[in-house]
Parts: sequence; structure tokens; C-alpha cells
Amino acid sequence: MKKITGWASAALLGTTALASAEGVVNLYNWGNYTNPEILERFTAETGIEVTLTDFDSNDTALARIRQGGHGFDIVVPSDTYIDTWVSEGLFQPLDREIVTNLGNIAPQWVDVPFDPGREYTVPWAWGTTGVIVDTSVYSGDINNIELIIDPPAELQGRINVIPEMSDVMAMTIYYHGGERCTTDRDTLRAVRDSLMSAKPHWLALDYGAVDSYAAGDFAAGIYWNGASMRVRLQNDNFAYGYPATGYPIWMDNAAVLADAPNPENAMKFINFVLQPEIAALISNFARYSNGITGSEEFMDAEMRNAPEINVPAERAEAGRWGQACPQDVNDIHTQIWTELMQ
Amino acid sequence: MRGHGWKWLLCTPALIVLLLAASGPLLIVAVYSFLSPGNMGGVVWDFSLEAWFRVFFRRDIFEPDQVELNTAHLQVFWRSVWLSLQTTFICAFLGFPTAWFIATRPRHTRTVWLFLITIPFWTNLLIRTFAIQEMIRNNGTINAVLLWTGVIDSPIQMMFTEFAVLLGMAYVFLPLMVLPLYAAMEKMDFSLVEAGYDLYASRLNVLWHVILPQVKPGFIAGSILVFIPAIGAYVTPRILGGGRTMMLGNLIALQFGQGRNWPLGAALALLMLVMVVGALIFYLRVVGRNDGVRRG
Repeated sequence: MKKITGWASAALLGTTALASAEGVVNLYNWGNYTNPEILERFTAETGIEVTLTDFDSNDTALARIRQGGHGFDIVVPSDTYIDTWVSEGLFQPLDREIVTNLGNIAPQWVDVPFDPGREYTVPWAWGTTGVIVDTSVYSGDINNIELIIDPPAELQGRINVIPEMSDVMAMTIYYHGGERCTTDRDTLRAVRDSLMSAKPHWLALDYGAVDSYAAGDFAAGIYWNGASMRVRLQNDNFAYGYPATGYPIWMDNAAVLADAPNPENAMKFINFVLQPEIAALISNFARYSNGITGSEEFMDAEMRNAPEINVPAERAEAGRWGQACPQDVNDIHTQIWTELMQ
Repeated sequence: MRGHGWKWLLCTPALIVLLLAASGPLLIVAVYSFLSPGNMGGVVWDFSLEAWFRVFFRRDIFEPDQVELNTAHLQVFWRSVWLSLQTTFICAFLGFPTAWFIATRPRHTRTVWLFLITIPFWTNLLIRTFAIQEMIRNNGTINAVLLWTGVIDSPIQMMFTEFAVLLGMAYVFLPLMVLPLYAAMEKMDFSLVEAGYDLYASRLNVLWHVILPQVKPGFIAGSILVFIPAIGAYVTPRILGGGRTMMLGNLIALQFGQGRNWPLGAALALLMLVMVVGALIFYLRVVGRNDGVRRG
């Protein structure tokens, strides 16, 4: 056994030495999001070494890149932020000579509002924010945000809501028939009032709640699809609903930075992850879909048919892209949120 | 003269670090609080008092002409201060007997007890907080034991309550109270306690007039060490309290994150700093007033 480990590390050292000759690519991605196997395979295939640095929010990533001198080649921000990145000239267009796998992107993810025609970015992972419900506690229709903002008696006091202002505001605004960044006072008033009256029924506003759901601390909540699947795999009473009045879709996208020190290697890496087999590795690790045609067959069996990962056809229509609202609208959202949490 | 110059030079690295690392960022925060929010975070260089206005006042969302006191911010401020005060008090209450116990052990076993006190520092705060959660959740250790022994019929809701937050905070900050208290007690002159008894002082009198004045520096140091980080704490309240209400730390983080209003965040952070410094000065003046009597 020791001998094998010895040989393995020798082999590893060998590839490292080889890799440095071929150069590096520096990836700046969300924490706990990058399957290490992808990096190993890329290095094995191209000899290019990959360094990985984590960020914890879109704001952190944007602030750091804006400062300059970061040394990163690739960044993976969310759809609502892409506009800002592009308009500030922080990305360089994809080099179509190198990125030849663009055709692998599933048709519905090519002409996306934040990057029409995929000039700068490629999908990394995407998901939805919806409603998770313990069906042994509540047996009615779960594709309904009312379960959270006007909860039935059996769910009252057993609800957890992710403390994501944008998701919670969006779903409540959609429920009241508004657009994402509406300035209509009556709508916003209705949003505020329904959130304020819902809050007493919420037990917690917690992010890392997979265990808490599975353990029965919560019976319902606003939650992400990938996390909801993890809950169901631990406790199959739970099901994930897509609110019919509207639910947010998000997508994290990889792009090459304008001041990337290794642009060519970066393009190669982007092209590499557009392969169905590699994209499936993203999904198997992060537990979200990836937007690459044909990647399903390489995904773990439990994900391939998961209702949380594959949006049912009749629910697809209610999904809506996020949008970064203008500062004055965002200030109103923050004010409502602060009032809610005071 | 020349010698003096050299000594000054030796100080410069420390002074530069202090100046750059402490005052520099603070100055930036102060400047930012007078600017306007930029697009998607950051600031634009337009002078504005809007951030400071918003710290204390708010325009009604639906009637922008109506200005009222920003009770939401004040409420969050008060919650943080109140929680810190409670934490400090609980830590002092539990820390005193603990430190006393350690200080009165034989010299060679004291190290062992002190060592035990510091063990929690070896583990990440988040992990310790999750461990507490594991104990007090509805199907956690405590409820399981109580259910099994038949003391209760249905689990007690401890998670996401004020009790959970105070338990977590006291647990996290207790060592910071015990250690300075112990340090003060170790230096204490126990013959004064004997003298007190010889003069027919009651136990309470000895505690009040002999022991407490001697360990007061420990209490002062401990309270400061507990109160200041407690006011900015948000991991513990967020996890154990369930994040239903904001702490000062959350409110500031919100402005730099999803709120995308850096000037307001900067103003709030600065106000917190001013408050802490103010509280410190007040505290030292009131509590440290008769310092001279201590060693009398």
C-alpha cells in the first residue's frame, strides 16, 4: 500500500513538473463549487496547471476584480451581475477559434437576456429557487408561494426562509403580479404588508438548512432546488414546488477576464468544461444542472431524473430570470427587508 | 540625542503598520460614508450626506416626502447592545466562580484547569456553534435524553430562541472573562481575606470589600474583551437564533452585499465604532474611578 502511494505521488510530481512547462490558468469560482476531478482531468489532458481561489458572493468577486492586480483568468459570476461585468469591460469576448464546443450549450441557454448569443460567457451551473414542503405535514398543492407568505395552520411556525433578499422579494413581488423591479407603490405596499404578516409564522431565516429539514426542524420553506434534492435524499417526505405565480431562475456563468494573464489557457479551459462529460462532473459535485446538451447521461443516477433538477414542462413557463434592480428600487427593497428583520 | 533618534527609528515599522493597517482603512470607511453609492456596489465620488441621513431617518417608502426616525436601525442597534450587555453579565456571573475555583487550586494543577479553559479556542467558532445546535435541536441530544427518561412528552423548542443565542454567546465568550479574572485573582493577596475574617467580617463583606476590589482589573479587562466582540457578533445569533432578526453585523453586511449601498454600510460601521469607543470611555471612567483605593 505504501509503495502504491509512493508511486502515485511520484507520478503526481511528474505531471506537476510537466504542467508548469505548459503554463497555468487561474480560476476564481464560488466556494465548494468546483469538482477537483475536472481540474485533474484538464491538467492531465493539456498539461496546464489550474489554481483555484474561492469567493463567497457576487459582490466580493466584483469588488476584487475591479481593484485590478488579481491575477485571475476566469471568473464565474451569476446572471444578474453579468451586465455590470460586461459594461465595465471586465470580460473579453470568447475566442471562437479555441472555444469550439459552444454548440454543446443547450439551445434555451444560448440567447439568454444577460449575454445574447453567448458572446462572453458560457453556462457553469443553473438552478431555481422554489418552495420545499414536508408532504407528510401538508398534502395540498405545493407549487404555491402562499404556503410561505400566507401559510396554512399546519405549516405555521415551522417555516424556514433563505435570507436572500433578492429571492424572497422577487417571489413575493411576482405573487402580487408585479415585475421584478416594479416601482408601483401599491404592489410594493402589498409586498411589504404580506411579508410583515408572514414573518411571525417563520421559525427561522437560515441558509445551511439541509440537515434541519431532514431532521424535522422545518416543515416548509423557500429554498434552492439543488439543496432541496439533498433534503429529499435524506428524507423522502420532502418535495420541491415551483410557485405558479413565478419563481426565480439563476445561472452562474464562466467568462475570461479582460486582464487575464493567461487568456489562451483560459479559453482552453472554457472549451474543456463545455464537454458533456465534464459538465456532468460540475453537476455531480455542485448538485445543480449545467446547461450542456447530453450531459445528463454522465450524471449520477439520483440526479438524472430528480424533479428538483429537471423542471417539469408544465412548470417551466413560470420561471423568470433575475434582474439587478436600479439603486433606488434596490434601496426600497433593502428598506422593506430591514423593516422585516428589525 | 543620537541615541534618541535611533530609538525612534526602531519604532517606525510598528508605527507604519499601525498607521496603514489601523487608521488607513478606517479613514477610507469615513470618507466612503460621505459619498454616493456606485452601480452594483462601490462608490462614486459625489459628496453626499444621504448615508448619514439614512442611518437615523427614513423616508416613507410610499410617501417619500414623509420623514421619520429610522426605528428599524435603532432597534437593530439596541438589540446588539442589549445582547452584548447580557452576554457580558452572564459571563461575569459564571466566570467569577470558575476563575476562583482555578485560582484556589494547588499551583501545579492550576495549569491543567487553565489548559482545559483554552481548549475551545482550538476549534473553529462555526464548528462549535454547530455542535451546540446538535445538542439543543428538536431531535438533538438534550431532547432525546429528556424524552427517553420520560421527563417530557414532546421536544422542547430551544433552537431559534433567545435562550439559544444567549447560551451560544456565553459559551463562546466565557473564556475571555475567566482568563483575565484568573490573572487578577492569582495576584490577589489572600492574607487580606484572612485579615478580613480576623476582623469579624461576614463572608459577603469579605467578598464585597476585600476580594472584589482586588479582582476589579480582571473584571474590567474581561468585560471589555467580551462586550466588544459580542457587539459585532453575528455568526452565533444567526445560527442559533435562526436569523429571524438582524444584528448590527448583519445590517452592515447587508449594505455591502445585497443592499449595494456602501456609503450607508460605512456610516453604520463608523457609528458602531464611535458607540463602542464611547461605551469604553464611559465604562472606564465609572468603573475605574477609584482605582487608587485598590491596592490601598
